Amino acid sequence: MAPILRSTSLLALFVCHISLFFFFASNLPISSGSEDSYTITGRVRIPASTVIGHAAKFSNIKVILNGGQNVTFLRPDGYFTFHKVPAGTHLIEVYAMGYFFSPVRVDVSARHNGKVQATLTETRRSLTELVLEPLRAEQYYEMREPFNVMAIAKSPMGLMVGFMVVVVFLMPKLMENIDPEEMKSAQEQMRSQGVPSLSSLLPASR
Amino acid sequence: MAIRVFLVLVLFLSSAIVSFSLYEDQAGLADWHQRYIGKVKHAVFHTQKTGRKRVIVSTEENVVASLDLRHGEIFWRHVLGTKDAIDGVGIALGKYVITLSSEGSTLRAWNLPDGQMVWETALHSAHHSKSLLSVPINLKVDKDYPITVFGGGYLHAVSALDGEVLWEKDFTAEGFEVQRVLQPLGSTVIYVLGFVNLSEAVVYQIDSKIGEVVAQKSMVFPGGFSGEISSVSSDKVVVLDSKKSILVTIGFIDGDISFQKTPVSDLVENSGNAEILSPLLSNMLAVKVNKRTIFVKVGGEGKLEVVDSLSDETAMSDSLPVADDQEAFASVHHEGSKIHLMVKLVNELDNVLLRETIQMDQHRGRVHKVFMNNYVRTDRSNGFRALIVMEDHSLLLLQQGAIVWSREEGLASVTDVTTAELPVEKDGVSVAKVEHTLFEWLKGHVLKLKGSLLLASPEDVVAIQELRVKSSGKNKLTRDHNGFRKLILALTRAGKLFALHTGDGRIVWSMLLKSQACERPNGISLYQWQVPHHHAMDKNPSVLVVGRCGSDSSAPGVLSFVDVYTGKEITSSDIGHSVVQVLPLPFTDSTEQRLHLIADTVGHVHLYPKTSEALSIFQREFQNIYWYTVGADDGIIRGHVMKSSCSGETADEYCFTTRELWTVVFPSESEKIISTLTRKPNEVVHTQAKVNTDQDLLYKYVSRNLLFVATVSPKGAGEIGSVTPEESSLVVYLIDTITGRILHRLSHQGCQGPVHAVFSENWVVYHYFNLRAHKYEVTVVEIYDQSRAENKNVWKLILGKHNLTAPITSYSRPEVFTKSQSYFFAQSVKTIAVTSTAKGITSKQLLIGTIGDQILALDKRFVDPRRTLNPSQAEKEEGIIPLTDSLPIIPQSYVTHSHRVEGLKGIVTAPSKLESTTHVFAYGVDLFYTRLAPSKTYDSLTDDFSYALLLITIVALVAAIYITWALSEKKELSEKWR
Repeated sequence: MAPILRSTSLLALFVCHISLFFFFASNLPISSGSEDSYTITGRVRIPASTVIGHAAKFSNIKVILNGGQNVTFLRPDGYFTFHKVPAGTHLIEVYAMGYFFSPVRVDVSARHNGKVQATLTETRRSLTELVLEPLRAEQYYEMREPFNVMAIAKSPMGLMVGFMVVVVFLMPKLMENIDPEEMKSAQEQMRSQGVPSLSSLLPASR
Repeated sequence: MAIRVFLVLVLFLSSAIVSFSLYEDQAGLADWHQRYIGKVKHAVFHTQKTGRKRVIVSTEENVVASLDLRHGEIFWRHVLGTKDAIDGVGIALGKYVITLSSEGSTLRAWNLPDGQMVWETALHSAHHSKSLLSVPINLKVDKDYPITVFGGGYLHAVSALDGEVLWEKDFTAEGFEVQRVLQPLGSTVIYVLGFVNLSEAVVYQIDSKIGEVVAQKSMVFPGGFSGEISSVSSDKVVVLDSKKSILVTIGFIDGDISFQKTPVSDLVENSGNAEILSPLLSNMLAVKVNKRTIFVKVGGEGKLEVVDSLSDETAMSDSLPVADDQEAFASVHHEGSKIHLMVKLVNELDNVLLRETIQMDQHRGRVHKVFMNNYVRTDRSNGFRALIVMEDHSLLLLQQGAIVWSREEGLASVTDVTTAELPVEKDGVSVAKVEHTLFEWLKGHVLKLKGSLLLASPEDVVAIQELRVKSSGKNKLTRDHNGFRKLILALTRAGKLFALHTGDGRIVWSMLLKSQACERPNGISLYQWQVPHHHAMDKNPSVLVVGRCGSDSSAPGVLSFVDVYTGKEITSSDIGHSVVQVLPLPFTDSTEQRLHLIADTVGHVHLYPKTSEALSIFQREFQNIYWYTVGADDGIIRGHVMKSSCSGETADEYCFTTRELWTVVFPSESEKIISTLTRKPNEVVHTQAKVNTDQDLLYKYVSRNLLFVATVSPKGAGEIGSVTPEESSLVVYLIDTITGRILHRLSHQGCQGPVHAVFSENWVVYHYFNLRAHKYEVTVVEIYDQSRAENKNVWKLILGKHNLTAPITSYSRPEVFTKSQSYFFAQSVKTIAVTSTAKGITSKQLLIGTIGDQILALDKRFVDPRRTLNPSQAEKEEGIIPLTDSLPIIPQSYVTHSHRVEGLKGIVTAPSKLESTTHVFAYGVDLFYTRLAPSKTYDSLTDDFSYALLLITIVALVAAIYITWALSEKKELSEKWR
């Protein structure tokens, strides 16, 4: 491979490479080298969305190298470049509102003229190309539950109403089923005992 | 027992994993977000076309933004990295904004309408040098003139269309410093003027098409140059000699260099040192001499001639071509509370095109910068508008004698924040009636009910939002029962103090710090000076603002005492000594003024307030005052104690000498201090005891005198990627600041900084980078008191055989043990804070400011060292979460929801009166405020509690009772008839 690549020619190379996409296995030396500093070029791909404001979201994406050492932005085609990166192991993070990206471990090899190896640190998946895709979309708001009769019934007030209904309509039915004589004896028993006080019900306070 | 019951209750309340979460229609109810850009450095107007008129600005906060010229709103904005300072900004081809940053090594083009980056080019740079950007002003859009950029010793020509470097020329030769790059309009020759060792002027002529040097001339100037330079026309520059007393005109017509010397004393009598001011005026330059600004006209042969002189405090804009080949410039000067804006023609200074007088707020200070723009009025005459930057960093647009809009850009550089109470509502204060009639009240609640049942139409939603804002009464300027309304006091770098209302974020008052000793003191920090309660209730609370005359730490300090209610300065003083550290003492005098000690660079401390009462209180506690200093450079932490009054050296009886009590020396070859942290002094801890699942008690080691220190090996102090795991290790310490005793030491091999930590109660949580796993990690360390561990037996407590009431002394060796646990965390972090509540009962949440400028609320229970892989049933009941290797990032628990606090620098939390709730204020380039309830609002009903539903239910129940009663009566009657 040509040791020195201008960024534009590199870009062109990339575009044709992208057309073949993932399964093209070879690792491209993503570098343009003066002595010991290299260039990392990659791409952020966000699944096309029909949501209005998708483009606006796209222009607010930041790509961050090593926790803030360098910050760069995306070109309209989604490419980004970090210039003058020394050989070593680096960390690239992508910040886009509404998406979660895994940080990427990027090894820039000094021996192989700036050959780049990338691994997603969250899933430990290694990338053949530095094409970063969101792990998941993020929703910052709770979704309101749609109107639901069950939800109302389950709420404390719903339970209250339900209990009242039970008392009003089912209790008389239950009372009817009890034998009148038994009822009478029970009532007498209650009268003789008096009204049970609350304190007698609590064994702990005795 | 009561505590136990309470704890159980709290645990019960918090047992469900509550994450901060918000419905979309609740956004903006309790929170607000303000967007800023910072102090403007450059401004370029874009008003040629019909349609949106805008101004492109770059700022000291590394922001490039497009502002609406009509209203001052931000169309778009980008915050570049912290090391990516913007050197120049321009508009190319009428559609791209060009920015040059990082000392002339990064050139970016942004789409003018929407701010999308179009291209980015890295330019060669060999060494630090001036960076110059010149974007050709071409009237034909289709023709691509190259952008010329000088930076890092190279001159580049870059195509504006795609950022391709057309050619570059090396100017890195020994001692050669490029001063100016000039291209006469329409010419293909670029002149590069520079100095060799400040004594020889060299001019290169370069063909702008191919970048070849056409001609080169040099000439030695015997006096030497000072480096201050002003270009007056396309073939002349004026420079000061090394003694700053002679103005040298360097002409280089057709590459021939000629010098023309004019001593400043010929122009002005009794002149001192001169200084060339920055505005670019055609065939004229502005020189500051003898505290006046003089305008010097440069004649055809380099002859200089004074044409006008103005008072010193005048700000000027660059000159601008107006009709008929004439150039005009704007100047602004102060007169009392007014400013005068004048636009004059450069050739005829007597011809004032515009003279406007505008009333200006005293607290904006002086005018720093003026950017002028002209427009053609309907009657074909020239109209002018001026964008001015004030001393407090605010940005104002002046047009037709009025301030069209203003932006408080000082708030983009907040240095310290504190909160203050609002005045109590008095009888005289009229309160706006919120609810008018029962019908309207009911209607409102029905609307809310509809909203919560998702039956509301879009108009209803708007009405609900309005109603909510109105009914909460959150914008009133009085104290409320729940403590939700407060003032946030923010001190900015420009030395301006702002009071923001928590309800809507509006500025209640603002005050510019003043000093007799210097022109512009910087703001450093804020302290609560007087918080009246009980016996000093009639006093207004006040804050202490500490400022400094200059950026150096040995510069003299400025103190200012500000009334919080009115925003008026009570007193201010130039204290004559430097300010290194301010120590609020735990003592107050009879008027509730807090005693403060200020340490200076000489090693003395000074007591404030300077009253005899304060002195007597201080003398009483003289032996018990300790403090420490951290020498990050030499790796030594020192503990200090008071020695004596420094009356021997000065007559000041409020000045004291100190002596060193202990030192902790970190070996400089293996450890470098990167972070230190203590607990917040005003933090409230509810209970010392912590109940384990097996009914065991643990006693927290709660001490105000604990210092968290993190060190890394010197190699690992750099950025990630500069070191291998074998070379770096991170060590954290917990040090007692009274005795200098190291209570705990924990070492992480193969880890490095930066360390961001938070310290609360008896625990520290810190975030760092693990090089082996190549992931960020978060570790929690909890520290417990062993000496009290015996006190768990009830009989001991009953018989009094416990040591709970034994006095605690910091001198004794504490028996402590720690528990710690580490987790992975998937994001870089800028800052971490913790929620604080009034009584400290509510469970805590960590507020993690991520590199994406969002704030994540993470429950403290996720960073609990007692987490295990398989918690037992009892542990689960207690709310212990099964151990996972990484901490969860739940999108709904971002407290900033869909906002970004760009350039996030710090998060401040303050308790409200309601125990469940805490105020959160985050600052950076943007400001964000919200109210959080870490365990949900268990002590009050939420805003969306449906009173209407409650009312309807009650009415329905009452109705049902009556109906059933009537029915049963009827039935009984019919039964009796039977």
